[in-house]
Amino acid sequence: MIKVPTLAELTAEGKTPEILFWVGCAGSFDERAKKITKAFVKLLHNTGVSYAVLGAEESCTGDPAKRSGNEFLFQMQAVTNIEVLNGYGVKKIVTACPHCFNTLKNEYPELGGTYEVVHHTQLLKELLDYGKLTIETGTYKGKKITFHDPCYLGRANNVYEAPRELIKKLDAELVEMKNCKAKGLCCGAGGAQMFKEPEQGAKDINIERTEQALEVKPDIIAAACPFCNTMMTDGIKNKEKEGEVPVLDIAELIANAKDL
Amino acid sequence: MIFEFLPNVVFVFLLLTAAVIFTKNILKIKNNIKLGKVIDRNDKKAERWKNMARIALGQSKMVKRPIAGLLHVVVYVGFLVINIELLEIIVDGIFGTHRIFAPFLGGFYDVLIATFEVFAFLVLIAVVVFWMRRNVIRLNRFWKKEMKGWPKLDADLILYFEIVLMSLFLMMNGADYYIQTNFPEAIHYQQAGSFPISQYLSSLFSGMSLDSIVLVERTAWWMHIVGIFIFLNYLYYSKHLHILLAFPNTYFANLNAKGGFANNPSVIAEVKLMLDPDADPYAVPEESSDEPDKFGASDVMDLNRVQLLNAYTCTECGRCTSECPANQTGKMLSPRKIMMDTRDRLTEVGDNIQKNKGVFVPDGKQLLNDYISPEELWACTSCNACVETCPIDIDPLSIIMSMRQYLVMEESAAPTDLNNMMGNIENNGAPWPFNQQDRNNWVEDL
Repeated sequence: MIKVPTLAELTAEGKTPEILFWVGCAGSFDERAKKITKAFVKLLHNTGVSYAVLGAEESCTGDPAKRSGNEFLFQMQAVTNIEVLNGYGVKKIVTACPHCFNTLKNEYPELGGTYEVVHHTQLLKELLDYGKLTIETGTYKGKKITFHDPCYLGRANNVYEAPRELIKKLDAELVEMKNCKAKGLCCGAGGAQMFKEPEQGAKDINIERTEQALEVKPDIIAAACPFCNTMMTDGIKNKEKEGEVPVLDIAELIANAKDL
Repeated sequence: MIFEFLPNVVFVFLLLTAAVIFTKNILKIKNNIKLGKVIDRNDKKAERWKNMARIALGQSKMVKRPIAGLLHVVVYVGFLVINIELLEIIVDGIFGTHRIFAPFLGGFYDVLIATFEVFAFLVLIAVVVFWMRRNVIRLNRFWKKEMKGWPKLDADLILYFEIVLMSLFLMMNGADYYIQTNFPEAIHYQQAGSFPISQYLSSLFSGMSLDSIVLVERTAWWMHIVGIFIFLNYLYYSKHLHILLAFPNTYFANLNAKGGFANNPSVIAEVKLMLDPDADPYAVPEESSDEPDKFGASDVMDLNRVQLLNAYTCTECGRCTSECPANQTGKMLSPRKIMMDTRDRLTEVGDNIQKNKGVFVPDGKQLLNDYISPEELWACTSCNACVETCPIDIDPLSIIMSMRQYLVMEESAAPTDLNNMMGNIENNGAPWPFNQQDRNNWVEDL
């Protein structure tokens, strides 16, 4: 049984954690994404990082509202969140959602919220470099893993290498899709598309992307975003490959390999 | 003799006319761009110059697609290099001299002319390949819906212009070379230049009289320079403006992380007021003659100046559209069309203002609906593929977002699903209908 500390509890005990884990709405409520959250928390415990979550004090960053054009709602969310974060004197934030990551990192500073914000793959890479995290190589040795770049991690913030280096450390074979890194194709969920039906077209974007992934014949599709994960998982189901090609977050891969 | 100076007079007249019309058109573009809202992009000057040097001057994003990229570099370097020759042609035209730079440059002049010729030839080849990519191979991105009619003709006309100009340049040199080598008595045609390409045109002239060859040379010379004057003034009506605007466009480009979308300043002011504990909720709003700020953009005047500069800079290459996930999967959205529509509407508004002596007379049209439909706007995943791939840093995504802001904040016209999602965020702090108090429930079975 792992006890996940909230910032309120730690503050009451007079403690200040090094880093706030921003769980995000998907990570808190979505059944699939909750597994990613748990895998990441297990890794945080395993590495002994001092962290806390906001729990019920966390609220949507406002990303889907902003991308829908509701700047007003976005800024109201941002200002409310910033009040909470600044109230606790938060300095560093980690999140497993590239959308939260991008919004907190790039859109909050102008509204009064300046923090060091890292994506969970960046933190894991950092922990690896400092020798706090070890990556076991047994489970995925020699497996073909392809990585789907989340737009809000890749193009939006130029983070391409941290997730890839973690995959390589699993002793897996990293195979690239024809459209990868800066040329990576969106999964179809960004810009608030996750919450609406797609416009009329010839095909759904997640199917196109899944086809590109299956072209390289991977054993596993690695993701680093809860929304990409949903879209790719749906794509795999559509292709009737759910038994064969799992879609897993990088945190899950590392946690599985460590048998956590 | 007055007729002795007739060619000089005609030349100066044409030169001035071309310059005046060109200046007028450039001012028109400048005024149209100024219809947009002011945006501060004067920070980080050193980084901006570097961006311009790397992307516009250095073509670094262009070559990411190597075939089109390298061909483009040839045409671009050819254009820059051959402009040096243009300088000599203009001086010769004004003073009635011939190859005025030759005596000053000596052997280096030969090197220069030879370089111009090689580039002219390479440009010819590149342009023919470009034409084939459009018309024989028929690359998909050149045949999308928005390319029908004028955009297609415009693209071809530019290629024809370049073929004709380069051919005239080589013809003029070829005739000159033939005169230099076969008619030493024609002292006006001094021995100057080296002609690695046009020397092969010699056979065309064998057996012709000096007068006839001089006529060929003069005709080619005049048609070449007049062609350049026409091409210069064709720019205003064409997508080809990018040869000039790529430079300011890359200078004023967004330098921040692409994912960080600008926070709307009118909303910042509004939110501040709402949350200010000292604000008097019953206060009468300050009297102001201006209309209150519109949230987002429904027409070109609501966009900012960089967005409008982007629209004029777009050369309709379609890399954005070919990378767009929505377009690839058959949706209506095409980022290139967003830019073309913005430019066409801006031109229309600019002409309206000019016709009505400086005031815009409402024409019952706007950018939204009359040019860009909500269906196009809602198909965007905000993935930044279009922004990433644009060889000259145009940002179609920012226009899409400005227009979505108008749809949602001014017209409450979001798709129902999105309205539900936003309602959820407002009520329980998540895009789904879960209770905020349950946010930490995932910890239970760890």
